[in-house]
Amino acid sequence: MIAGNGSIPVRVEQDVVLARQTVRQLAVALGLRLIDQTKLVTAASELARNAVIHGGGGEMHWETVERGMRRGIRLAFADQGAGIADQAKALTDGWSSGSGMGLGLSGSRRLVDEFELDSAPGQGTRVTITKWS
Amino acid sequence: MDRIPILQMGDLLLVTIQVDMHDQLALTLQDDLTEKIQRSGARGVLIDISALDIVDSFIGRMISTISSLARIMDATTVLVGMQPAVAITLVELGLDLRGVRTALNVERGMRLLQQPDASP
Repeated sequence: MIAGNGSIPVRVEQDVVLARQTVRQLAVALGLRLIDQTKLVTAASELARNAVIHGGGGEMHWETVERGMRRGIRLAFADQGAGIADQAKALTDGWSSGSGMGLGLSGSRRLVDEFELDSAPGQGTRVTITKWS
Repeated sequence: MDRIPILQMGDLLLVTIQVDMHDQLALTLQDDLTEKIQRSGARGVLIDISALDIVDSFIGRMISTISSLARIMDATTVLVGMQPAVAITLVELGLDLRGVRTALNVERGMRLLQQPDASP
């Protein structure tokens, strides 16, 4: 059984792989169903890559959370990049500031139970997601 | 540098992705495959992703790009072995891999590529 929290850097491409592996281990240890593990790991991969590519690198914080009988994993991806001016637009499918497909934010939101985007121009971006068992 | 091996079997190229790919590795595979199609004159490319436990938008885009590039170079790509959890997640993420031919497993993928009218 795992409990607690931690953080790992997401600064370079290889860190995205490490973030995926870390989240997988947490999800397995918490006993998430395979489909929920897959969704959470995929969302983490999108958000970690965003932090590296658009945010100039940052960190992934993880914590295990509880609500009544349910347990979950909460992940926060924080960077000190340029931030997002138009959050509604950034959450639209197909909107992209770079060369991607524009599915990172909007797509990962669909894969988790809770999603929070906190960003302002010049103040970096923080995306917090939660998946419950 | 890391590379995903590309095997040649007659006029087919076979790629089995067995590692958790970082983005550069995926891009290298894309380049390597294009070059190999050109050099070998392969008519078919079979990509086995049964060992992959996630496909995110980056890998999804790589698969679509490989399929398009191969088509332009007169080769057909078939993606095989996607795990059910991966397929569900991919569709929810918003990727439907339009234009990419798929088959349940390697055997069926091979059969698809060996049909005389395999090109889409």
